[in-house]
Amino acid sequence: MNSDITNFSSLAPIFPELIIIIGAIIILMAGAFLKKQASVGLAGITIALLLVVSLLIILFPTDGIILNGAFIQDSFARYMKILLLASSLFAIILSLSSAKENSLDRFEYSVLLLFATLGMMIMVSANDLMSLYIGVEMQALSLYVLAAMRRESSKASEAGLKYFVLGALSSGMLLYGASLIYGFTGQTQLDEIAKIIMLGDRSIGLIFGLVFLLAGLAFKISAVPFHMWTPDVYEGAPTPVTAFFASAPKVAAMALLIRLVMESFEPVSQDWRQIVIFLSIASMILASFAAIGQKNLKRLIAYSSIGHMGFALVGLSAGSLVGVQAVAIYMAIYVIMTLGLFAAILSLKNQNGYVENITDLRGLAQTNPFVAAIIAIIMFSLIGLPPLAGFFAKWHVFLAAIEAKLFLLSIIGVLASAVSAFYYIRIIILMYVYEPEQQFIKAQPELRFIMALSGFLILTYYFSIAAPLTNITRFVVGSLF
Amino acid sequence: MEIAIGHYLTVGAILFTIGVFGIFLNRKNIIIILMSIELILLAVNINFVGFSASLNDLAGQVFALLILTVAAAEAAIGLAILVIFFRNRKSIAVDDVNMMKG
Repeated sequence: MNSDITNFSSLAPIFPELIIIIGAIIILMAGAFLKKQASVGLAGITIALLLVVSLLIILFPTDGIILNGAFIQDSFARYMKILLLASSLFAIILSLSSAKENSLDRFEYSVLLLFATLGMMIMVSANDLMSLYIGVEMQALSLYVLAAMRRESSKASEAGLKYFVLGALSSGMLLYGASLIYGFTGQTQLDEIAKIIMLGDRSIGLIFGLVFLLAGLAFKISAVPFHMWTPDVYEGAPTPVTAFFASAPKVAAMALLIRLVMESFEPVSQDWRQIVIFLSIASMILASFAAIGQKNLKRLIAYSSIGHMGFALVGLSAGSLVGVQAVAIYMAIYVIMTLGLFAAILSLKNQNGYVENITDLRGLAQTNPFVAAIIAIIMFSLIGLPPLAGFFAKWHVFLAAIEAKLFLLSIIGVLASAVSAFYYIRIIILMYVYEPEQQFIKAQPELRFIMALSGFLILTYYFSIAAPLTNITRFVVGSLF
Repeated sequence: MEIAIGHYLTVGAILFTIGVFGIFLNRKNIIIILMSIELILLAVNINFVGFSASLNDLAGQVFALLILTVAAAEAAIGLAILVIFFRNRKSIAVDDVNMMKG
């Protein structure tokens, strides 16, 4: 297991991360020396880099535990990395058309996005409390700056400030938990921690550490009661950045949470499952009621994403292979729906700029039938109506919960899903029943492509990607058990 | 009296609690929030070094050094965001961070 660091080929499992580091540094230097107009070209290079790394992970999978056990590459890590690389890739593509309005036409945007992606890849592959912390901080520090990227906007700087303060607090809690776990087990490596817990009895200090660690991670996936930053940050940050916030970091934090509880704390699963069940119920209920009164589209999506993290946690609280597989499927479908929805929001531009209020959607079906249809499909999918993708996502997690005899949790989940239908359907009614008030400028081709792709995958989910996705997730989740 | 691991943990816990309360009870200045964040991270460092000494294991001290490094980067980014917030709002009072609510 102790790999020789001087042997270059022993580093093969970390090659994707190394390529991103080198690429990001080259783009940083090029951006510093080239003219400002070069930033579009650098965004193109960033897209190519993300594509190359995804292909490398798919075509040349090399698994292993390296760097003295700090870094693990297995099929689960590879699946989650593909998912988050795809989210980062589409987030950059989404930002292209509105880069100027959102002050994102700077090379720093690409560099920060690459560093955030790198941090998330380290999170997904973390096998030690130290690499876990470094990964979490790397993505968090990049995301704070991305949120405040629009320097002249007071909303964006306020979003960045709020994100920073609450994110730093959550890192502090995560670290305090890590210190207690280290102190009561004497280990920082995740699999070694599990061995120590298995040998001795569960001490109160260890459970304290576990609670703090889970609280820190709940901040990152924005589960209630650690969700306060989400609506403000989503509203204040530039919309393409919000699209990124809502997709990739959620995938990475969820993957980290799964690996942590499944690998290190499997012996005390009764303890962490209680916490996850509480987070899940609180997120589902609060999100469905709090979203009803929202007027801003991005705030609504923030509450919707809090609720969806609650649904995903239903699968994790089962604590079984089927449950983790359901979460893996849920995250894939969640990313598809979120990116499609943000592509639709970014295409709502009139002569005064981008609209963000829900009432601006009035009569969209007449002025822009394509975008309205895509939003309607995604909304129905977010509710969980069959035969759309969102239905199957929820079906898998609730099936896993019922198999684990979590009947109360499943009933609360279905009821929360029914309540959430209210605000999703309200948007559809606004688009299809009311008369239009304003004209929108035609959407850019790349936005229409992403919308069409997302709508197609959601509509034909059962016939197109359901079977391969189920098979792949069953295989990748097996590497955790 | 011998100073045992329990004493170090008590100091760490007290500092951590002061830090958390500093973030939530402070109604004046955002700089104080940044100081509270530093306090939380240093409380964690006391825990790590204390455990490291009592376990006779170096990993805790390595972790503490990593935390010190990241805390420096975090403070730099926090102050940078605070500067652009001040440029936009001409104030760093906690009560003025109130554009978005709900």
